[in-house]
Amino acid sequence: MLRLSSILRLCLATLLLALVGCASTSGANPLDPFEATNRKIDAFNERVDQAVLKPVAKSYQDYTPNLLQSTVKNFFGNLRDMWSVVNNGLQLKPKETAETGARVVVNSIIGLYGLIDVGTPMGLQRHTADFGQTLGYWGMPSGPYVVLPLLGPSTARDTAALLLDRHGDLWGQINPVASRNQGTALRLVDKRSQFLGMDDRLTEVALDKYSFLRDAYLQKRRAEVRRGPPSDVDELEEKNNDLDNKSMSNNQ
Amino acid sequence: MFPVMNHSQGTDMFQQRTSTFIPWFHRAITAGWLVVFAAFGLPVHASPQAPDVFMQQLSNELMEVVRKDPAVKAGDMQKLANLVDTRVLPNVNFQRMTASAVGPAWRQASPEQQKRLQEEFKMLLVRSYAGALSQAKDTHTILVKGFKGSTEDNEVVVRSEIRGGNEAIPLDYRLEKSADAPGGWKIYNFNILGVWLVDNYRTQFAQEINAKGVDGLIATLAERNKSNSRK
Repeated sequence: MLRLSSILRLCLATLLLALVGCASTSGANPLDPFEATNRKIDAFNERVDQAVLKPVAKSYQDYTPNLLQSTVKNFFGNLRDMWSVVNNGLQLKPKETAETGARVVVNSIIGLYGLIDVGTPMGLQRHTADFGQTLGYWGMPSGPYVVLPLLGPSTARDTAALLLDRHGDLWGQINPVASRNQGTALRLVDKRSQFLGMDDRLTEVALDKYSFLRDAYLQKRRAEVRRGPPSDVDELEEKNNDLDNKSMSNNQ
Repeated sequence: MFPVMNHSQGTDMFQQRTSTFIPWFHRAITAGWLVVFAAFGLPVHASPQAPDVFMQQLSNELMEVVRKDPAVKAGDMQKLANLVDTRVLPNVNFQRMTASAVGPAWRQASPEQQKRLQEEFKMLLVRSYAGALSQAKDTHTILVKGFKGSTEDNEVVVRSEIRGGNEAIPLDYRLEKSADAPGGWKIYNFNILGVWLVDNYRTQFAQEINAKGVDGLIATLAERNKSNSRK
């Protein structure tokens, strides 16, 4: 409960900050009305990452055995898969629900509580889904882009959904709180270690890292929400045309 | 006139001396023509290769090259740039890609500016291609799932997936029909994980152009490429 409430507070703070920022930057990118505030939070996140998270993730990657790393990754991946099954179900996607569900069963039982990923070699693919995506699937618009302190890119809808996402994730039920928090920290480090190297590339290929990441995040989320059967090109096409028109009108 | 006469005389001489040689000679010529037709003649008359078949071949070919050459995978930029120039670019309409990323300002840019934009943008993309390859594992394969449209269309979308990890990564391509491309199609945009690459550069480029003009964008790109190559 402690964790949940602290996240809640973070979100509220973000929204407040965002509202404050709104006044100063109206009329910029329509998808990102809180750009000024978002950029500040982004810069803050970047500093925290460079000072703490990235070095820790780097030593985790360099100095712990590979077997341990993959075990940690599999375990938290399996927890995430459980929540994905629920959300694929809520989105009425039978194939994705069944395949991810079978994966969870196999990995939890044969794979010893998810420590070993037996599902992948068996050809059971993961279909990640979260509650923000479910809300989008049922027609809720994403709302403005927000950068959450420590958590990074999100949208108003995805931030609201995050509360349930954290709750639906079984790790949130672990007691005592101390072990839960330790586990959450490990999970964060594991997650970050998977993106090492990628952020350097991003710095290299983006002219403005902030807007590059924002546009990529928004495009990716929209595709995830609108993708019925995997990668529905009709939707992609339509979306692309939308973007075409938008960017043209922006520039004129 | 003269060479023809000479030629017919030569054939006559052949006929007189070795009559058993003639059928063989004719057959060889016929077979030769068949080969020539197969290589150049037939594709002109038949409809071009299906876009999904073409993309599967191209993907397999590139994965094979990378698999066999560890230097490319390790990020040897010289080798990678060479690979892109010889194997990838003939199948890409890079001018269209750049124009689309630059947006309306492309039409106002001089030919010289357009040329520079293409060069710098290409270098930037080779860099991101290197990043993608460094993440690739030997177990990864690309599976083309089909395409939207028909072979009669001038533009189609080919859908594929990167398989081999625990979650399939969607990878889509926009192709246009092109007579001078080796496979009959050219790529002009691609999409990984739902993100169209060209679209993602549009805001970036527009920001630079609005602030500093086309030359400003060229300068920024050149500067970025220079600092990247120092690493």
